[in-house]
Amino acid sequence: MRAPSIDDAEVERFERLAATWWNQQGPMRALHAMNPARLAWIRREASRHFGLDPSERRIFAEHSVLDIGCGGGLLCEPLARLGAKVTGIDPASENIEVAKAHGERAGLAIDYRCSTVEEIAARGERFAVVLAMEVVEHVADVPAFLTSCERVLEPGGLLLMSTLNRTLRSFALAILGAEYLLRWLPRGTHDWEKFLTPGELASQLRRARLVPRNPEGLLFDPLRWEWRLSHDTAVNYVVSARKRGTQNAAAENGRAEGAEKT
Amino acid sequence: MPHRVKSSHRSVGSREPTAIPLGKGRRERADAVVAGDGIVALAAALALRTALGEQARILVLGKPAPIAHEIDPRAYAIAGSARRLLEGLGVWPVLEADAQPMEHIFVTDSRLDDVVRPAFLSFLGDTHEPESGNTFAHMIEAKALRNALLGALNLARIETVPLRVHALIHESDDDRIVLRAESGEVIASALLVAADGARSTCRELAGISWIGWDYPQLGLTTTIAHEREHGARAYEHFLPGGPFAILPLKGRRSSIVWAEGKREAKRLLALDDREAFIEITRRFGHELGALRLEGRLIGYPLSFGIARAFTARRLALVGDAAHVIHPVAGQGLNLGLQDVAALADAVSEAAHLGLDPGNPFTLSAYQRARRFDTTAMAALTDGLVRLFSNDHLPLRALRDFGLSLVDRAPPVKRLLANRAAGRVRA
Repeated sequence: MRAPSIDDAEVERFERLAATWWNQQGPMRALHAMNPARLAWIRREASRHFGLDPSERRIFAEHSVLDIGCGGGLLCEPLARLGAKVTGIDPASENIEVAKAHGERAGLAIDYRCSTVEEIAARGERFAVVLAMEVVEHVADVPAFLTSCERVLEPGGLLLMSTLNRTLRSFALAILGAEYLLRWLPRGTHDWEKFLTPGELASQLRRARLVPRNPEGLLFDPLRWEWRLSHDTAVNYVVSARKRGTQNAAAENGRAEGAEKT
Repeated sequence: MPHRVKSSHRSVGSREPTAIPLGKGRRERADAVVAGDGIVALAAALALRTALGEQARILVLGKPAPIAHEIDPRAYAIAGSARRLLEGLGVWPVLEADAQPMEHIFVTDSRLDDVVRPAFLSFLGDTHEPESGNTFAHMIEAKALRNALLGALNLARIETVPLRVHALIHESDDDRIVLRAESGEVIASALLVAADGARSTCRELAGISWIGWDYPQLGLTTTIAHEREHGARAYEHFLPGGPFAILPLKGRRSSIVWAEGKREAKRLLALDDREAFIEITRRFGHELGALRLEGRLIGYPLSFGIARAFTARRLALVGDAAHVIHPVAGQGLNLGLQDVAALADAVSEAAHLGLDPGNPFTLSAYQRARRFDTTAMAALTDGLVRLFSNDHLPLRALRDFGLSLVDRAPPVKRLLANRAAGRVRA
């Protein structure tokens, strides 16, 4: 319940920001448009990695998922609906407020925090799946970031990333196309020099003691106005990496604890 | 947690809001709302249950009730694609006993006083699927179809609410469409499926325009009991006033459907049973022995229309709300059920991605899947009607020639037969 003393302008500003994130035709429509393809890929990678039944609608069985740079919760909400136990973190407190409010209205229990992956790592928290979607291109220190990602993964856990390649085509399309021509993204969202090629990202992942799989392209089809997975990694691409060790170790620990209690 | 709507007596919304404030006011919430209570609406609600799973809350806005045969003597030709949907919804086993397979269809072109009708197009066996013998469609009476769907609706725990949509409201974050009923109730849903017929209120409220016209004819239908077996045969005679179809039902009965110029149709509808019987016999012919009228003759307007778009924000049009075509090829309900199947496919995909069922990508996938197919069928049936509803001699000669040409060209005929069986995909 809102107290009458709360400034109406403040409420309005908040609702405008919420609409910025959640209006699927609004300023974030590029991310919304990417969501079906991103989620299909997350689903497929997780079902392969954890041996989940791909025909199951709620594919996750309480798997813990950390979404780094969750924004307004565009990925957290679908993943929660698919059965995951989701934690969303974002350094911008306004984003977290929007995500919290929206998640509550949708009736979803998602743990949103204004935090960074470094803080989560320092607290020793671990997750089965870590998402860094459209994040690494904004990060100042990539090796440190990937090391933190590795630390917040459970042994045998799965890291899922998406980002932009550093090619002429990505320069033309992502910068001029998306930002200026299509007005999809707020200007200055991307800094082309910071983009990593799939090869660079793979070696950085290995250096962070992760085991990357082959990258796949994420391609926009302007005729159908939708994204799909492809072999063409020249602009947007996705890559998954696993943490060494087996989940069994963690699962067995859990079972041992359970046995002690009984 | 959402509270349940059990009846219209319980007030849901308290005041009369022009825009409902976020997080304020009491309102019902649903994952999907189906407006309408016809066959396509009921099938849509069941298909959404399959696509969204047991946890989803699905509401039907309308008063779905059984209909007596005397009130609605219509029967439908269910093509293969529509049958597969009904199988998927689990209602086919219930329907099968009432479903009359159609194995042959004879298309003829004749004036009323011709003694022998030339059978130009016989679709005998051309459309058979290995698993279903020669059957290319099943005839099912409206009553049986409706009862089977109503039974399944109860089992699927789909709530029905006897409300009519009065206003549609969009909120800033675009997560749901808010429906307000005339009586003030408010329901917020991720998806609204408008299955509320050719004069769809939802379509109008969503601002989707409609292109259409009425044919200068009325459709007439009734059921006939006859002495001899129909042998699973259907006949389509193209009479000067329009097509006249005899479609086999279970038992020694057939459904007859035809189009007649408005003046003549009104004259026929005003006749008493004995006089009507004579008129019907004259058109029916004597191939099936002695006849008896079973139920009354009913008439309905024939029109053509198609919505400019099949979707709007958080709204999908299905069935007659999206398109109304001439019943000449018996495809109206089949198209509607194909809409339902396509929408359920798109919604199921969304559910597997954790996306809500009314998101714009799901709706555009639905529109892509349906609009072309429907437009093609609408144009085809409209063309057929214009070609055949004419007694002009050169045109008759032309179409006789055309039909016999089609008959001698098996691939063309197979295409037409497949079209009739709903097996051609755009």
